[in-house]
Amino acid sequence: MNSLFSQEVPLSWYLLLSAALFSLGVLGFLIKRNLITVFMSIELMLNGVNLSFVTFAHQWHAVKGQIFVFFVMMVAAAEAAVGLAIIIAIFRARATLAVDRIDLMKL
Amino acid sequence: MHLILFIVFAGFCLGGAINLLLQSHPINSALSLIVVMTSLAVLYLLLGAEFLAAAQVIVYAGAIMVLFTFVVMLLNAGREERTLGSRAARAVGFPAVVAILAVLATVILHAQGLGVATLGEGLTNARGSTNIEELSTVLFTRLLLPFEVTSVLILIAILGAVALARHGDGDPNGKPEANGKLERTAAK
Repeated sequence: MNSLFSQEVPLSWYLLLSAALFSLGVLGFLIKRNLITVFMSIELMLNGVNLSFVTFAHQWHAVKGQIFVFFVMMVAAAEAAVGLAIIIAIFRARATLAVDRIDLMKL
Repeated sequence: MHLILFIVFAGFCLGGAINLLLQSHPINSALSLIVVMTSLAVLYLLLGAEFLAAAQVIVYAGAIMVLFTFVVMLLNAGREERTLGSRAARAVGFPAVVAILAVLATVILHAQGLGVATLGEGLTNARGSTNIEELSTVLFTRLLLPFEVTSVLILIAILGAVALARHGDGDPNGKPEANGKLERTAAK
C-alpha cells in the first residue's frame, strides 16, 4: 500500500504510454475508414510524440523539449485547420467521407 | 499519490484511445480524443510542464477538437462502412502495429539512465526561476525567429483554410454557387 502512494513514477512508464498512444494512432490510421477519424488518429500520434518530448524534457531538466512541444502544437493547429478545410472541399466534390471512395490519386 | 494519478490518467488516455478505434461514429471518436487530450494535460502537469498543460487544454482539447466536432456536425458524418479495403488493412495493420509497439517497448525498457518523475519536481530549477519563466526566456530570445515564423505559418494556414473551404471560385457577392444555379434554373 505504501508503494501505491509513492511519489515516484519511472519515466519509462511515461515513455511506454507514449509508445502505446502512438501505436494506437497508427492502428487507427490503418483500420479506420472515415476520413475525419483517420485525421483524428494523426492527432493521436502527434499527442503520443508530444508526451515523450515532455518526458525527456523532464529527464534532462532541459526546457528545449517543452519548446518543441509548443511548436508541434502550433503546427498541429495549422494542420488541423487546413486539413479540415480540405475534408470539407472533398466532401463537397464527392459527397462521401469513406476513404475507399476517395481514390482519385490511386493508380 | 503521483503513482495513483499516473495510473488513473494513463488509464483514461489508453481507454480513450482504444475507444476512438472502437467507435464507428466520428462524433464518439472525437469525444474520446478530447478525453485523451485532457488526460495528457494532467500528465504534463505531473511532469512539471504547467504551461504545456494549459496550452494542451486550450489549443488541443479546446480549439482543434472544437474544429473537429464542428466539421463532423457540418458534414453530418454517419457511421463508417466496412469494406474490403478495411479488412485488408486490418490483416496487415495489426501485426505491423504490434511490431512497432514491441520495438519501441524493447528500446524503452532497455534504455539506461532513465530517471523517475517526482511530483512537484521540475517546476523550479536550481536558479529558482519557474518553468514558465525559463520557457519564455528561451522562446523570446534564442528562438525568436522560429516563433515569429510560426505566426506567419498560422496566417498562411488561415488563408489556405479560407481559400479551400470557400464555396465556388471567387464569387464577388459571396453568394453560394449552388444557390445561384438553383435560382437560374428557377428563372428559366
